[in-house]
Order: sequence, then structure tokens, then C-alpha cells
Amino acid sequence: MATTVAAKRSFWEFIWDYLTTVDHKKIAHLYLAGGGFFFILGGIEALIIRIQLIKPENDFISAGLYNEMITMHGTTMIFLAAMPIIVGLMNAIMPLQIGARDVAFPFLNALSFWLFFFGGLLLNLSFLFGGAPDAGWTSYASLSMDSPGHGIDYYIAGLQIAGAGTLMTGINFIATIVTMRAPGMTYMRMPLFTWATFVTSVLILFAFPPLTINLFLLMFDRMFGTAFFNVALGGNQVIYQHLFWIFGHPEVYILILPMFGVFSEIFATFSRKRLFGYTAMVFATMLIAFLGFMVWAHHMFTVGLGPVANAIFAVGTMAIAVPTGIKIFNWLLTMWGGQVTINSAMLWALGFIPTFTIGGMTGVMLGSNVADYQYHDSYFVVGHFHYVIVGGTVFGIFAALHYWWPKMFGRVLNETLGKLTFWPFFIGVHLTFFVQHLLGLMGMPRRYWVFLEDQSLDLGNLISTIGAFLMGVGAIIFVINIIVSAFGEKAAADPWDGRTLEWAVSSPAPYYNFAQLPLVRGLDPLWIEKMEGNGKIPAAEPLGDVHMPNGSIIPFLMSIGFFISGFGFIYQTDNVYWYLALYGGLAFSIALMIIRSVKDDYGYYIPKEELEKALEGEAK
Amino acid sequence: MKDWLSKFRALVLFGIVALVLSACGRENLTALDPKGYGAEVSLKLILLTTIVMTSVFLVVIILLIIVLVRFRRKKGEPLKNVPQVEGSKTLEAIWTIIPIILVGIMAVPTVVATFQLADTSDKDEHININVTGYQYWWHFEYENEEIATSQDMYIPVNKKVYVNLISNDVLHSFWVPSISGKLDVNPENVNTMFIQAYEEGVYFGKCAELCGPSHSLMDFKVVVVSEEEYEQWVNDMKSFNSQELELDAVAAEGRDLFEEKGCVACHATDSQNFVPGQKPIGPDLTQFADRSRIAGILHPTEENLYKWLKDPESVKPGNKMTGAYPELSDEEIEKISAYLMQLSPSEVTAASKE
Repeated sequence: MATTVAAKRSFWEFIWDYLTTVDHKKIAHLYLAGGGFFFILGGIEALIIRIQLIKPENDFISAGLYNEMITMHGTTMIFLAAMPIIVGLMNAIMPLQIGARDVAFPFLNALSFWLFFFGGLLLNLSFLFGGAPDAGWTSYASLSMDSPGHGIDYYIAGLQIAGAGTLMTGINFIATIVTMRAPGMTYMRMPLFTWATFVTSVLILFAFPPLTINLFLLMFDRMFGTAFFNVALGGNQVIYQHLFWIFGHPEVYILILPMFGVFSEIFATFSRKRLFGYTAMVFATMLIAFLGFMVWAHHMFTVGLGPVANAIFAVGTMAIAVPTGIKIFNWLLTMWGGQVTINSAMLWALGFIPTFTIGGMTGVMLGSNVADYQYHDSYFVVGHFHYVIVGGTVFGIFAALHYWWPKMFGRVLNETLGKLTFWPFFIGVHLTFFVQHLLGLMGMPRRYWVFLEDQSLDLGNLISTIGAFLMGVGAIIFVINIIVSAFGEKAAADPWDGRTLEWAVSSPAPYYNFAQLPLVRGLDPLWIEKMEGNGKIPAAEPLGDVHMPNGSIIPFLMSIGFFISGFGFIYQTDNVYWYLALYGGLAFSIALMIIRSVKDDYGYYIPKEELEKALEGEAK
Repeated sequence: MKDWLSKFRALVLFGIVALVLSACGRENLTALDPKGYGAEVSLKLILLTTIVMTSVFLVVIILLIIVLVRFRRKKGEPLKNVPQVEGSKTLEAIWTIIPIILVGIMAVPTVVATFQLADTSDKDEHININVTGYQYWWHFEYENEEIATSQDMYIPVNKKVYVNLISNDVLHSFWVPSISGKLDVNPENVNTMFIQAYEEGVYFGKCAELCGPSHSLMDFKVVVVSEEEYEQWVNDMKSFNSQELELDAVAAEGRDLFEEKGCVACHATDSQNFVPGQKPIGPDLTQFADRSRIAGILHPTEENLYKWLKDPESVKPGNKMTGAYPELSDEEIEKISAYLMQLSPSEVTAASKE
């Protein structure tokens, strides 16, 4: 049972609330905290890598540990930091933007979070129990079959569990956007962030199953003696690469499209203009997602697929530049003729434009397969993907956090600290990654534990390491910002003079989002009301009792069941008693699923009187 | 192109960028100073795509700068309402069609070059070297010549040489940046490409696919010699017989130890027992005395050879020689080293080209 204001809660009530919540806004907090924690882990891994590469033939860490570091840095950053934070943002904001009270399946939403959390925990526990996976974040099935110890098994189990959560999120968001838009919110009136959430969720729906299958094949080869990838027994490893990249390429669009949505909101709001070319932007988003499924083999140009395959994938890859370029120009034209305020959110958005464009440039360059014969598996690629992931996804996350922090947490992040975060980080990004393009062309392959003396690679690597530390400084200042602003002023409902529905509710939003579902009169519904109405969103329904879902501890417990089962899968090759954990964990989770399905849970109602009181409070 | 002037300007631009970039990196390692056919073709496409994409980037930056200068809210200026512009079909058309044309400009030469580089129809008329990738070394078998060696691959200058790549264990990738783009070394199929070097010299080769802890320690060399030197080298390699070498006392004892300690079980020291298609367990040591590097990465000095034989694990973590032979005393190492340094079949060596 929730109360209107949690005035004085005990610490344990606070914890229990978050363990059992099915509220998309609290789940968003959990994702941001979890993702933030793993981002710091991944950042430490990055600094360890760069320290190892600060000078030639360094021995800061051993070769074996280095391979674990590069593997975990990539895996953690992509699966446990970037994706969860993005899912957290989508969770926090999308339902508000479409005028809904929650997502379509709140219980499933909570389960998605706890699966991510326990999958990520399982994966990182490998460091303590015999070694982390060490075959790269891609874990190609020749080396990963060969890798001694259980590191790769942790990779498989951790990602299967976390990946299941992501797939559920994709389904959840699609159902929400299709069925729960407020009256008047047609598809072509949805904000770009919601469109991005929608398209990303479709990408998740189609991209994650190939990963799941691939990991199952690898699991069966490593744990149960099958021979999908075992060449001596008639298998081949190239099929692993195909399946991985059929997932992997759409995955990077999953990482960037929501950020494109964020930037569309930010450029429009802080230029005080509507998004230029809304229709083109929507269609460009869909085209990027569609084309994203047709280019996977550009990661495999040097595998020996033959000239026809290489040529087709090269042309397809270069074609994606077109809708992406359309977006960049539309953002620039959004600012054109506007009144542009440059605060922290806008700084990140402005920094994104040149940085991501450089990353996009090198992406097209990589798309020319003949050029890629030199670039592939060299530091050029490392430079490219960090420019797009850091310049696009990470900048987008910082921008979104500054923009939506008031709505999510009821505080505004400090502006001065925001600028102090941006500049070292931005300069650090360029110092770290620009020179890597040159290092690659100068003959330095990637995933190299050492580079040898006398190969002219020294200065570039030193510069790159210095840049990485600057990035670390920026990140630390951001953490300080979070702490400092927790004690700062409370935020207004609409601190930025916003255009979309989320700014029509208080900061943070009330636990039921909207006392009455809103009536949407057009694109940028709040702006319309400000320009043509009284600045308030009209209601689409009379005030009445509001139905809310009950919280549940089952998602948390189910995830623990899978977590334990994961250990069972990993260690059953060593000792048959581990089957107890394998089947025990699964049985526990399935029993909980059955309980959930069989036991009726009708939720509860917020009485009309409570909503009336809240509305009066707002009117004062 | 409309007129010769713009073609000329484009070529000059190309040339300047290429010249500047060629200063970057170590000679015979850098892809920016190509000395082989594949590297040359790749660099042309690298430069074309760089120039096209840089021009797009400049347009974006110029627009961004104008926006920030003209439309930035001044300090203290109150918030004002501005015209809400829906969009512009003309602009959308422009920034859709021009990028499509630019993609075409990059795609056509790419596809043409793809088919040129993939044309292996004249394979049987040229030298074929069967390359096997191992954790963590490279084996080179010269088809038809009945010789084999490891780590240093000798080829004649200005002649097309076909390399047929296969892995004995996990994925590797064969990359000699100054001569050619790379091709993966797969365990389940042979990948074939041709390389052609334009200048004599010793070129750095790198493994370019994560293959284990010593992935970064798998350097090999392509030694490009004149045609006459190549013929000489092949004949010298064919006729060399390590068992018939006249050795001083120390080296002779080393040769005996080489057998006693089991080294001979994995390492050939000449091509007298050549079997086509055989995958040796360890690197072929014919011409070991003249190798550019010991174990691919150590400079060929006495101390380094001692280090390698005493404790290979400290040099190359995870390598397969560790523990494969009994521990050697310092004198035994001295004797074996003395023997190994006599394995010099030919006067054509990497050192003569460096």
C-alpha cells in the first residue's frame, strides 16, 4: 500500500519499497544506480588498460589478466552500464511522455531490472572465482572454446540472465506505446524520445534472440560436449561470428537511437523551437533501424566471405550514413533561428555534434571494405567505436541526466559542476581516441597487451592514456555533482520551459503520474497549451479512483533463483552435485512464476479524495 | 568532373594528404606508407573516403559555428518566443540526395577494388606459400619448393605471391600493413590472397585477431629480396642439412642435446625430411641463426636466447613450449644456443635487407 507522501520512512521500509516496486519511475532509479555502478567498474577497467599501454612492453598487469580487463571493460560498458542506463531513462520518461500511468506490464518491468542486476553480478563475480572471461566482449567461438577455466561460462550465464531482462523490456515498451498512449496522442504526435524508445524496443525484440541462441550453442559446446563450433568434429566458428553480429550490429543502434531521441528533445527545448523536420526524423530513425539489420557482415570483411558478400555489405553500410546525416542536419536547423540557451544539457548535446559526426565519418570509412582490410582489428576501429559510443551514447546519457534529473529526482544538477564535468571529459575523449585512428593505421592491432619498442607507437599511446585520466576526472566530478545536488534546492515542475507532457507534472512526478489522463491536442502538447491555452494540459477524463498495481518481491526472488541456477550451469562440469543448484534455482524461479500466475492480484485503488487534495495542493 | 582544374586540384589534395600521412609511423610497419599492391589500393580508398567524409564534417562544423555565433542567447537576455519552423522539403531533399551521391562516389571504387583484390585466377602460375597460424607463431611452407620455415617469410620483390592461410588452433589474422590488407586465418577453411611487394626490405607482420594471452607477441616478418636472391635462398634452404654441418665441440654437443632433450620432436632444423602439408608441432628452426627476431619478438642476442630457453613463459605467457621440455642448466643452454646459431643455410638473410 503506498501513501501520498513518504514523510518519514525507516531505512528498511525504503529498501523494501525498492525491492518490491513495480513503479516504472522507481525501477528507473534502480537502473540508473545499477548502471552507474557498473559504469564506474568499466571505467576502472579502462584506466587499467590504458595504464598498461602507457609505454611499450609494460608489465603493469599480466597478459592473461589484461585479456580479462579488455573483455570485461567492453562487456560491462555495453551490457551492464550503457544499456541499463538507457533502459532506465526510457522507463522514467516514456510513460510520462505518452500520458500513461506506467508501462503495460509493471511486474515484468521489475523482473527485467532484477534479471539485469543479478546477471551483471554473476558476470562480475567471475573475477573473484577463478578469473573473468578473456576472449573479448565478442567471445569468438574459437578462442572462447579454448579458454581454460570458467570465465567464459560466467560470460554465457551472466549475459543469458541479463539478456532475458532486456528482451522483456523490449516487449513491454512496445506494448506500452502501442496501447497506452493518452487520448489525442497519435503516433505522429509522439515526442522523438518516445519514437526512439519504440524503434529501439523493436530492435531489441529482433536482435536479442540471435544472441541468446549463440550463447546457448556456445554453452552446449563448452558444457555439454556438442560440436557446433568444434572444427575437428565438423563444426565451424564462422557461424558464431554471423550470429554474434546479427545481434551485435543492431545492438549498437540500440545504444544510439534512444540518445538521438534525447538530443531531439534537448535541441528543441533549449532553442525554444519545435524539432525541424519531425516527419523526416521519425522516418530516418526507422530507416536506420531497418538498415541496421542488413549490414552485420561489415564486422567480418576479413573473414574471407568473398567479394560479392563484402561488396554488398559495404554498400549497405555506407548507405546508413544517409539517414544519420539527415538527423544531424535537422538538429542543426532546429537551432537555426532559435534562441539557444547553453546549459549543461546543451553542452553535452553540442559536444555530441562534432564528436559523433567524426565517429560517423570513420564509420563510413570503415564501410569501404577494401579500406577496412587495413582498419579491421586495429586501433582505428577502437577509435571509431569509442567516438560513436562515447560521443553518442555517453554524451547522450550525461545530457539526458542533466535534462531529466529534476523530473526523476526532484533536484537540479549543479550547473557549475556540470560544466566542470563536461570540459575535462570532452577534451579527454578527443585526446584519448583521436590518436587511436592513427595508431591503427600505423600498424597497431587491437586487444594488444603490449606494443613493442621501436615501432613508433609510443607517443600516441601516451597521449591516449593521458586523455583517459582526464575523462576519469570528469566522471568523478559528475559523481560529486550528484551528491552535492541531493542537498540542493528542490526542482520546479518545469525548470526548462519544456514542450512535452512530462513537464506538466510535478518534479518528481507523483507516483500515479497523472491525476487525470491528459488530452493531447498536437505535437509538443505542453507547448501548445502554453501558446494557445492556459499552460495547463486539459484532462481527458473526469477525476476518479485510479487503479494501481501492487508491488511484489517475486521478481527479486525469481532473479535470485536464476542467479543460483547460473552457478549450477557453470560448475556442473566440475562436480555433478552442482546440478542441485542448476535445477534447484530453476525450480525455485518456476515455482514463483506459477504462484504469480495462479494467485490473483487485483492491485489497489487510489481514492478520488486523495487526488483532489493533491490537485488543490498544486493549485496553491 | 566538370573541368581539368578541379580534377587537378583533387589530385593535388590527395597527394598532399598522402605525403603528410606517410610521415606517420615506422617505415615497413605503417599502412600509411604502402610498399605493396594491396596496401596501395587500400590507401587510395582510405584517402578517398577520408576526403569525402571530411568535407561533410566541415559543412556540419561550419553550420554549428554559425548557429552558436548567431543564435546563442546573450547573457541576461530574457527568454523570447521565436517562429516555430516545421521543416523544409527542399533542404530535406538536398541533404538526402547529396549524401547519396557521395556514397556512390565512395561505393563504386570500393566495389571495383574488391573484385580486383579477390581475383585469384592466376594462383597456379605464381609462388604459393601455405601459411599456418599457431598460438603464438607462424609457419610458412613453400608449396612446390619442398622447403619450410617459420617466423620470417622470404619472397621476391615485384612478384605476386599467393598466401594460403589456415589455423592450427584458434582464429588468427595475417597482417603485413605496409604490403597488404589483412585476411583472417580460420581453422575450418583455407583463405587465399596475393601479396606483391614493391621494395626490398624487412616488413613487420602482426597477428590481428585475439588468440590468447600472447596475441600481441606473435610478430612475424616478410623479407623481400631480389629475384636472384630469392632463387639463391630457396636453393640454399633445400640443400642445407643440419646433421651434416661441421661444428665445433660446443655446438656439436648442442646438436646432441637438441636431440636428447627432445627439441627435435617438435622442431625441424632443415628441410631434408620435408613432408608436404605436414603441420609441425613447433616452429621450424632452419635459418634460426639469421632470424630477424627470436620467438617473433626478441632481438637476436645471446642474452635473449638464454632468456627464451631458460623460461619461455616469462617471455610469452601461455605459449606451448613451456613445460614441453626438461629444465635446462645454464651450460646446456649455452651449448644448444651455440648449435642454433650455426643454423645459417644462406647468405640471403633478413639482416642483409634491414
